[in-house]
Amino acid sequence: MTRSDDWPRASLNARGITKNFTGVRALAGVDLDLPTGKVTALMGENGAGKSTLLKILSGDYQPDEGTIEIGGKAVTFATPFDSRAAGLRVIAQEPEIVPFVSVAENIYVGALPGSRGIVSQRQLQDRARADLERFGFERFLDPATRGIDLSPAQRQMVEIVRALIGDPQVICFDEPTSSLSDSETGVLFDLIVRLRDEGRAVGYVSHRMREIFQIADTVTILRDGRLIGSREIRDTSVGEVVRMMVGRDLSTMFERNRHELGEVALELEAVSTDDVTDISLTVRRGEVVALAGLVGAGRTELALAIAGDRPVTAGTIKVHGVAQRFRSPADSIAAGIGLAPEERKADALIMVRSVRDNIALAVLGGLSRFGVVDRRKERQLAEKYIAQLRIRTPSMAQLMQNLSGGNQQKVVLARWLAKATDVLILDEPTRGVDVGAKAEIYAIVDELAANGVAVLVISSELPEVLGLADRIIVMQEGRVTGELTHAEATEERILTLAIADHFSAEGVQP
Amino acid sequence: MSTTVVHEIPTTPEVARANAFKRTVLAVGVQNLSLILAIAVLVVAIGSQNSAFFLTSNLKTIGTAVTISGLLALVQTVVIIMGGIDLAVGSIAGLASVTSAMIFTSAGSSASFFGALAIGAVCGLVSGCIVVFGRVTPMIATLAGLIAFKGVAQLVSNGRAQGYTGADPFYVFLARGSIIGIPTLIWVLVLMALLIHFVLRYTRVGRNIYAVGGNDTAARLSGININRYILGVFILAGTVAALAGILITARTGSGQPVSGSEGLEFQSITAAALGGVALRGGKGSIGGTILAVILLGVLLNGMSLLGVNPFWQNVAQGTLLVAAVIIQQLRNGERRVGLPK
Ligand SMILES: Nc1ncnc2c1ncn2[C@@H]1O[C@H](COP(=O)(O)OP(=O)(O)OP(=O)(O)O)[C@@H](O)[C@H]1O
Ligand SMILES: [Mg+2]
Repeated sequence: MTRSDDWPRASLNARGITKNFTGVRALAGVDLDLPTGKVTALMGENGAGKSTLLKILSGDYQPDEGTIEIGGKAVTFATPFDSRAAGLRVIAQEPEIVPFVSVAENIYVGALPGSRGIVSQRQLQDRARADLERFGFERFLDPATRGIDLSPAQRQMVEIVRALIGDPQVICFDEPTSSLSDSETGVLFDLIVRLRDEGRAVGYVSHRMREIFQIADTVTILRDGRLIGSREIRDTSVGEVVRMMVGRDLSTMFERNRHELGEVALELEAVSTDDVTDISLTVRRGEVVALAGLVGAGRTELALAIAGDRPVTAGTIKVHGVAQRFRSPADSIAAGIGLAPEERKADALIMVRSVRDNIALAVLGGLSRFGVVDRRKERQLAEKYIAQLRIRTPSMAQLMQNLSGGNQQKVVLARWLAKATDVLILDEPTRGVDVGAKAEIYAIVDELAANGVAVLVISSELPEVLGLADRIIVMQEGRVTGELTHAEATEERILTLAIADHFSAEGVQP
Repeated sequence: MSTTVVHEIPTTPEVARANAFKRTVLAVGVQNLSLILAIAVLVVAIGSQNSAFFLTSNLKTIGTAVTISGLLALVQTVVIIMGGIDLAVGSIAGLASVTSAMIFTSAGSSASFFGALAIGAVCGLVSGCIVVFGRVTPMIATLAGLIAFKGVAQLVSNGRAQGYTGADPFYVFLARGSIIGIPTLIWVLVLMALLIHFVLRYTRVGRNIYAVGGNDTAARLSGININRYILGVFILAGTVAALAGILITARTGSGQPVSGSEGLEFQSITAAALGGVALRGGKGSIGGTILAVILLGVLLNGMSLLGVNPFWQNVAQGTLLVAAVIIQQLRNGERRVGLPK
């Protein structure tokens, strides 16, 4: 904090911020300090109020009570525009990307360069390229790609570049790494360190302890919309932070119970689609197999093909030894395969419907008699999973769009747990989920396996892959590059398989 | 032991009372309450100017006048909830009207009734197939239907009214009959509304229609055969539009290729939007649409009772629609940036 005099930079101080939604107190008198030249982490369980606090800073929500000062001057934000004008920028958890225009246009949306109203595409692309290089993203983003073709990681990067070209004094990230792979996270962290060293105030929300201890100077903890306290990172420990978050001791270590494996439930023989080539793998009953690899390795595309949503161009998929030809996800589900997709907002949730409707969506057939839904059974089902997964919602009738990100993720899982398929594919099941809930999800996966379900987990978090899987299959650019048993797997080995060939083939040093 | 912590706002007696009020408001829906309020205001305003408004005969007039547009509003609601829109319903009603009269002339009333319904179903199927297999957006596909089905109606009839059903007991019963004192036309609308309400609200099919409209990818990945739903809903829309067409025939005594049905598609969209159906899909209810249909019926009836120049009726409908949607959007807290969602 002593350094703040050296820069013409401004810190942010918020006092007594309170925010109520219908039936929910999201924030109750929260103070937040984001000093210049520091990275301040904001932590708390799913639904603790982190995103709400950041949305107040960004001007998306107006606080019911409380004050915000930037550089000692009181400010109020009626719109996001005011917030940006005051030098504050928040990078959203789910960035808005315009689908049918280029990355370059997405970056400068609202401030397209050009003269007399005429946008020069050449100028635009050149400038985008220069800005991407300036922030270190040129390896990951081509300015000409259309918004709709971007991966979640790339969308996040577009949002970051958008924010940085405005030269903000205070910049906040809401779970920026939940869709990034390790190498992309590395790039982001270099950038954050640079922003900090330039004397900007950085706020950082994440559920990943490792990252917090790597990048943050201070950590501020919220629970149930209240401020619990702040700690200097060098004076605290993971245990203490977790205790402050959940209000009790919690083991973050997770030990799988290893089970006897059953017969092969899912078998892929040389399967190819437009995105993946020659994939062979098996998953047995009671087994948890992880698909590891970098973002873009084709894991999600493979999952969608197994789920019947992408055409298989060669090879066969067998379920319980029977060769299948899926023409739609309905076929795949009928054969006993469930997929909890990666992109909850785009591919899984119906945001304008209730939590209950979303949980019951895939099992309505079983809940109905003569086509009429048994509402009592449906309520019981929703109640069960809300309790089991600790989904934080004022009621099961709450609209999906009003849940916090991590709680939305839990609803996606609940839907597929309720469906109870023989084969379950989980694509990034713990994305945006807090430490406590993560451990619970791992326990549930373990229990599923114990009950003879064949589980295929896609995850970019190596500790998760190592902790959860009996066997790890590594993919790279649409192909399987290796397979490791639980015993032989290490982070280094997985990474080597995920990137080695690629870099040696192109002669690039990692 | 702390599980799902639900943080309720602290409860004092006043707060509890306020909450009870809030809960009622939430249960009925702010949208529906404002519609009821608007209807009440209109009724008082019109009734105080002209007491003939409250005559039973006038209430029946309102009821029968809204039946045809009301039927179309009901199915339009279903189509919009599913994330589509059907601009062809008016033209399908016109086509069903002429063909019902023509079939009646050659084959009698029951053949004409079912024949016209079948024609409506086929028209709906055509729209649905263009959408699903031709990958044309519902807006464009049914705009083509609006034009083309009207053309077919004019072709088969040479552009003239057809047949005479005014002496047939079945058609007379539809147009002027009543059951326990309530006109048949009102029965048709009420029964259809109850049926569609039940399907949307309580059945798996209805819930899946909301799912398809709310997020079709999510619906598909959850195992819903979305193509079947899209085809089914367009067929339903065509069939009910044909029923409306048969009622046009019954009321006028002959088959009308265009008059009586032209513009009904826009009235039906107006009613659905007024009733709170989100044009993005996934949201809305039959209750809201019915209230909107009543509101429009009372408004138009009142204007004619008070002797307002009938051309003002269109102006009034347009104004009401825009006002309602603006209020709705502001209440949603939609930010005033860019194209509205
Ligand atoms: N628009 C809204 N309407 C109603 N309730 C809301 C709304 N936005 C957030 N909430 C509620 O406020 C609480 C805090 O939500 P918030 O999104 O800030 O949590 P979070 O700390 O970001 O959680 P996560 O880690 O899961 O992202 C939650 O209980 C959520 O359900
Ligand atoms: Mg959040």
